[in-house]
Amino acid sequence: MEAWVFSNIVVAILITAAVGLTGVVLRSRMWSNAFLSLWRRRRVAIIAIGFYVLVALLDSVSWVGGEQFGEDAVAKYQAQSILDRAFAGIRERSYSAPLASVEFYGGAPLVHPGRHLLGTDLLGRDVLHLALKGARVALLIGGLTSLIAIPLALLFGVSAGYFGGRIDDFVFFIMSTLASMPGLLLLITLIMVMGKSTFSVCIALAVTGWVGFCRVSRGETIKLRELEYISAARALGVGEMRIIFRHILPNLAHLVIITFVLMFSGLVLSEAILSWLGIGVDGSWGQMIDQARDELSRDPIVWWNISAAGSALFGLILAVNFVGDALRDVMDPRTLREGE
Amino acid sequence: MSRLLSVEGLTTRFPLAGVHVPIVDESTFAIDRGEVLALVGESGCGKSMTALSIMRLVPKPGRIHSGRVELLGRDLLGLSVTEMRAVRGGRISMIFQEPMTSLNPVMRCGDQVVEAIRLHDEVSRKDALARCRELFVQVGIPDPDARLRAYPHQLSGGLKQRVMIAMALSTRPELLIADEPTTALDVTIQAQILRQLLELRREIGMSILLITHDLGIVNELADRVAVMYAGRIIEQGERTDVLGRALHPYTQGLLRSMPALATPGRRLPEIPGVVPSPAEWPMGCRFATRCQLAEDRCRREVPGATARSDNHVASCHAVEEGRAQAPAGGEPEGAAR
Amino acid sequence: MLAYVIRRMAYGVIVVLGVLFFLFLLFFTVTSPDDVARKALGERVPEAVVEQWKVNHGYDKPLFPEPGAWTDNMLVEHYRRMLTFDFGRSDADDTPIADRLRAGVGPSLALTVPLFTFSLLASIPLALLVALFRDTYIDRMGVVLCVLAMSVSILLYIIGAQYLIGRLLHWFPISGFDADPRVVVRFLALPLLVGLVAGIGGDVRFYRTVFIEESNTDFVRTARAKGCGEARIMGRHVLRNSLIPILTQVVLAIPFLFTGSLLLESFFGIPGLGAITVDAINGNDFSVLRTMVYIGSLLFVGGQILTDLSYGLVDPRVRLE
Repeated sequence: MEAWVFSNIVVAILITAAVGLTGVVLRSRMWSNAFLSLWRRRRVAIIAIGFYVLVALLDSVSWVGGEQFGEDAVAKYQAQSILDRAFAGIRERSYSAPLASVEFYGGAPLVHPGRHLLGTDLLGRDVLHLALKGARVALLIGGLTSLIAIPLALLFGVSAGYFGGRIDDFVFFIMSTLASMPGLLLLITLIMVMGKSTFSVCIALAVTGWVGFCRVSRGETIKLRELEYISAARALGVGEMRIIFRHILPNLAHLVIITFVLMFSGLVLSEAILSWLGIGVDGSWGQMIDQARDELSRDPIVWWNISAAGSALFGLILAVNFVGDALRDVMDPRTLREGE
Repeated sequence: MSRLLSVEGLTTRFPLAGVHVPIVDESTFAIDRGEVLALVGESGCGKSMTALSIMRLVPKPGRIHSGRVELLGRDLLGLSVTEMRAVRGGRISMIFQEPMTSLNPVMRCGDQVVEAIRLHDEVSRKDALARCRELFVQVGIPDPDARLRAYPHQLSGGLKQRVMIAMALSTRPELLIADEPTTALDVTIQAQILRQLLELRREIGMSILLITHDLGIVNELADRVAVMYAGRIIEQGERTDVLGRALHPYTQGLLRSMPALATPGRRLPEIPGVVPSPAEWPMGCRFATRCQLAEDRCRREVPGATARSDNHVASCHAVEEGRAQAPAGGEPEGAAR
Repeated sequence: MLAYVIRRMAYGVIVVLGVLFFLFLLFFTVTSPDDVARKALGERVPEAVVEQWKVNHGYDKPLFPEPGAWTDNMLVEHYRRMLTFDFGRSDADDTPIADRLRAGVGPSLALTVPLFTFSLLASIPLALLVALFRDTYIDRMGVVLCVLAMSVSILLYIIGAQYLIGRLLHWFPISGFDADPRVVVRFLALPLLVGLVAGIGGDVRFYRTVFIEESNTDFVRTARAKGCGEARIMGRHVLRNSLIPILTQVVLAIPFLFTGSLLLESFFGIPGLGAITVDAINGNDFSVLRTMVYIGSLLFVGGQILTDLSYGLVDPRVRLE
């Protein structure tokens, strides 16, 4: 299957899942209360995250062909997203400053004078376009990584916490082994041996981020296991699997969400560092920042590239951090403490 | 006897879902010198918050909204932070319900008492330590020298509470606020510690505000009793009056549900319903939702205080209108364990 | 006490053996020695050259124990070399790895030790101050500032500082290193500043949470009830108790002072272990990378044991048994 078809399917699944989840949240009083008080506290940040998500979705729905590309021989036969189509055919030859009418070096007139709100990069690509495209990459990194890490962490953490004994010893050993390797080094090593690709970056991030998740779910399961109603259910002969799925996992849901949000900003920031080391994901803000490094030593300097990528990255991380903080206060005042 | 502390119209509010709920609502009571006043009520009725309000230690986001707390005629609520600090631990001391967690786990017991002494009196560390040792003997801590050097986790709950008492008495306060001082302890230790408190009161001549939900303890220790329900004091008076001739339907229900007073072999009578949570407090009398005598007026109007005698007051429309049940309660002396 | 230390160390050894196995899986099965050789030599070299390279670097044995090679295989060899600290030669340029590590430790420590010290000295008092003013606008401002500082990528801090302070203001050199302590101070100023600013937001926020959690305890209420002032409560009662969770973080960070800082060192031209690692990444130098991960985890395991032991010093409730 071609990548763009897959991406369209994923968008469809995500939207369906979002609608379904909204239904669940609306029906459960606890969740809708939590969301309401979150909304009351962090309106701006939630709207900002919504904007990033929207841009990412616009950049994920794509198809081949279209009028916008005119004579561009390559673009015509490649799948283009809605976002690409909005910015279609405004490429310049090289750098231009924001809203300039002539090229930055050399001074030749631009093909589309005054149209580049944030200027263009070395290859003449519109910086606003690139910065917006970064949203999809960032969310993809966070999302895909969590999709790998959360189920694994829940599987290991819950079974270790619930069954104890040998299983617990084993999981604990795996956790201490992974945790004892320096995070960034392990991350780099994993990507180096697996080869550079978006998927291996996500796997590497999942392997390194997995431990924290696992520790939280293991600890919480041990606590839940000791609660009276679970002991009562066991005494009544309710099956182990049923207890896990009916009583343990639903009670871990809020921890999963909080950990996910708190972990998310770390993932995106780590990717920026990986990009700088040359093993990041193509099209990420980290890569834009990395490319822009030399531009600061040009004379006159090219500042808009790094500013755009930096601000976009900063905006998303800030919004997520604020929401994560509030989320923890709203849903879980005590169990989780930052830094653990 | 002379008046030591008088609390008038004390109101402490907590924001709850955007509304400021008065967890302590217009509390008025007084304590004379050398007297033991018991503040009785179910958990969550605002007794502890009343005590913390007197100390001006209401935890955030709560706030003392209005009222007066006068210690020998001086309003504590008007004092500066520094002046109030001298009152806390100096003239009014407090001991808490949880001896397990109320002592600093990383400081030696002796040092914690010494700190209390030296915060209020300018004495050398050595003298303070000597005084601390005396206090330990006084409150009945065996092997005081070893206990001075011990960390809290090395002591039992009863011993820890004795250390707390020693700390509270170290500056010879005029008032001791004891917030459920024995609830967390074994029954045998409870009796010992309570007896000790009474003895110490006689020796030092201080007053005690005793907060408890245990009517047995009240019966044994208190001179006067104030009953609290859902943030309000609904009845107060001499112990013999309140326990022996209770006026308010809530106090009556409370007394009837005490095992010691019930008829053997009969089901223990209970007060129907549950205590409403602060967000659901009714407009008029807060007991109206559970009271068998409740009428429209009870649900609309907050009842004022009706005096039965000089020293016995209840806030109840039924009492005021004379349609209350005959004063209930057994012979309190006979009920003592 | 002694029994505890021995048991704790035994578990540490098991974890290190586990790490080594994990590294073996990564570096010998996920990426085979053939891949490594081709990365070092280029894709189009003849098979014979690859084989020769493998012989030269000691990668020519069977991977796992098999009949005829129960001890003479890569797995056993890997454990033997790592456990005897015989790290061999670099895959990329054949220099002995041990020599490089020895040369790199000094510059790394020159950066990380002051950075660690200054960070602690700055963030703990700041966090105490913020916690002292909890629930006031000072506290809220402080938290917002922390989150703002945390949300900026360290890359931006580095690039920004190099541009602003180094290039525009010319206060400090942009990058470089020198063995002379008087000269090196000028080189270290900028990376120190960047490291401090990049880390302080998260640190202050973490310590603040710890302090506030400790100041909501019953014994702090007791201290207030006996007439302690807020500053005294923070300094005497809260700080002592907060040391316990803070210690976990701080003591665990000490071992990593040795491995240096990947980003700061390579951006600011400090020839420490972090810069060596970055070189190894850029040069596909797997043996150096492998050694760095191993040393990192050795240090971590050691740091953990140290942390557990130091609990006994700060917390009278903990008895190491």
